[in-house]
Amino acid sequence: MKTLVSQIKQSFNNISVSGLVGQMFVLGLIFYGSYFLLLTTQENLTARGIDSGFKFLNSEAGLPISDSLIEYSPAKSYGTAFLVGILNTLFVSFIAIIFATILGVIVGVGRTSKNWVISKVSAFFVETLRNIPLLLTLLFIYTVALGTLPRAKTPFNPIEGVFLSRRGLYLPDPIAHDGFGLVVAAFFAAIAIAYFFTKWAKKLQIRTGRALPKTLISLLVIIVLPLLVFFILGKPMSLEYAELKGFNFVGGIVLKPEFSALLLGLILYTAAYIGENVRSGLQSVPAGQIEAARALRVPKSVIIRKVLLPQALRVTIPATTNDYTSLVKNSSLAVAIGYPDMVSIGGTIIGQNGQAIEIIAMWMAVYMTINLIISALMNWLNSRVQIVER
Amino acid sequence: MKELFQFTKVSALILGLAMITTTASASTLEDVKKKGVLSCGVSEGVPGFSNPDSSGKWVGLDVDMCRAVAAAVLGDPTKIKFVPLASKQKIIAVTSGQVDLTSRTTTWTMKRDTKEGADFTAVVYYDGQGFMVRKEDGIKSAKEMSGASVCVTTGTTTELNIADYSRANNLKLEAVVFDGKKEALNAYASGRCDVFTTDTSQLASLRTTLKDPENHLILPEIISKEPLSPLVRHGDNQWKDIITWVIFGLINAEEKGVTAANAAEMKAKSTDPTVQRMLGKTGDLGTFIGLDNDWLLRAITSVGNYGEIYERNLTKTLGLERGVNQLWSKGGILYASPLR
Repeated sequence: MKTLVSQIKQSFNNISVSGLVGQMFVLGLIFYGSYFLLLTTQENLTARGIDSGFKFLNSEAGLPISDSLIEYSPAKSYGTAFLVGILNTLFVSFIAIIFATILGVIVGVGRTSKNWVISKVSAFFVETLRNIPLLLTLLFIYTVALGTLPRAKTPFNPIEGVFLSRRGLYLPDPIAHDGFGLVVAAFFAAIAIAYFFTKWAKKLQIRTGRALPKTLISLLVIIVLPLLVFFILGKPMSLEYAELKGFNFVGGIVLKPEFSALLLGLILYTAAYIGENVRSGLQSVPAGQIEAARALRVPKSVIIRKVLLPQALRVTIPATTNDYTSLVKNSSLAVAIGYPDMVSIGGTIIGQNGQAIEIIAMWMAVYMTINLIISALMNWLNSRVQIVER
Repeated sequence: MKELFQFTKVSALILGLAMITTTASASTLEDVKKKGVLSCGVSEGVPGFSNPDSSGKWVGLDVDMCRAVAAAVLGDPTKIKFVPLASKQKIIAVTSGQVDLTSRTTTWTMKRDTKEGADFTAVVYYDGQGFMVRKEDGIKSAKEMSGASVCVTTGTTTELNIADYSRANNLKLEAVVFDGKKEALNAYASGRCDVFTTDTSQLASLRTTLKDPENHLILPEIISKEPLSPLVRHGDNQWKDIITWVIFGLINAEEKGVTAANAAEMKAKSTDPTVQRMLGKTGDLGTFIGLDNDWLLRAITSVGNYGEIYERNLTKTLGLERGVNQLWSKGGILYASPLR
């Protein structure tokens, strides 16, 4: 019979047990270390009379914000001000991701093009933007935009209600009247119709082999139906034009120069990277497969959809996930050109309030949340396009 | 097991480092003496207050305050490391111990003094917020600015004042907020904004850096009180006393007519007991703040008295009059506590 001691001895010789003890020890050290840092920081803050905690989020901000998606005035709280910043970050990132993707695909396909001019122009685009720091690109766009656009008093006025000046791009603001809800309803109904039609057309194709132009018909339905309702109801919408009053334009929708410069910079910079992802994806597909498909007289559109894309995307998507998350983080350069994103507003709050640790923790939490969501979505997309091994 | 032991040693080292870096020493004076150099937070470039000259040497009123402190504490006005700080860093840099002293056009407010871990020392310049506009816009008063775009620097009291002023007078101003003063000024200069706002002294100084200074107008309204003072970390009373009394000393020196040129001579010859105490001939004022008796003599001989500092940095280069920053005895509000 073994003694207890020898049993313990034996289990220590066992690699998995000693490994476990080691890991526990390391984990303990990490916890102790973080606890120690937290405690010392807390002590130092108290000694210097600096507040800690998140109570300040409820007190009046008093700071001006020029660009806000929700209603904001300096009388609102710090919490609201920070929320304005989060929304601005999300807004500019979201739009930039969409356009960067479109432009990136064009550039990537362009670089693999057999047309010498197109491929060289694409290569020039990629190499220029990738090799210049984004901050410089942003400052360049902003400075050039402000330098070349006309003053507010003499705006560029191409069509009625559209004004372009150093104050930004002012567009007419559509004001909905009674009955506009029906147009919106018609739009959603059209989407539903298109969805069910596509499903039915697919079944029809499987059953009879007859292929209908699904995409074209769907698009027509989605465009025509709401327009029809719009005109039947007697155009229940009017446009409010921007008007120059005193120093600035009043009314209308405005794209401020800060927002536009940031958006453009992010789109161009990220598109260069996405373009490279697309190119590497396309070039990862062995040429022999395409040639084989051509030899079998498979139509070109089917080659792209069934042979090229499924294999190219599994190379492109993971790399693009990285670029999307980088784009969100890069949007923090907004502060250099005066766009009130989350970092800009948070920085102001630190300046007014001195509670840097809390704000930095909030920045990190928000960026991490946004980027984890992007990663999760992209992973889901990736799993959808992966080739299923049979 | 050997690896694990190695790992523990490394962790202990890291923890030790963390302990050193996070538990700051209590006495800044001892720290500065040990380092042999004063690290002083200044602006990124405001002519007249803190700005590198053409040879890269920092000059300005705020800079001279640092030099005076270095002369008093270390005996050498050149033993300074200047750390340029953006507006929003200026308080954190001093509370975290990155700099020993921030001397950077910082407004003394109640919140900063009580809730942000900083202590203000003594006012070196009484300022107020003003506005600069283009002459061609034809406005004569800040009340006419309704609807205007205003370029402003983030993390400043100016940013809050403009919001308050806009609310109080129902002006609907659009504040375009930049991280740095240069960026904000450039945006104004390029026509993004109708108005540039900051403290009036800086408006005067920054206007000189524009391409066409004559086309810009500083409006008469001054909408705020901005007492500018160097600041130190909260909780080190001796260090705070040193900065406060160096500044008071320089102002008192102007009152008594002690200048950089005549200080040594006056120490030898003056029969005025106040001057004798000030320059360390009699009494032991220096020991009150942990220094020797020549502390103020060194400060005055290296940068001059307050009037000389003002004259050199603000009047000669920017044409700023003394205004309220004149001695109380000459109609201003500079009134330093007595050295005794």
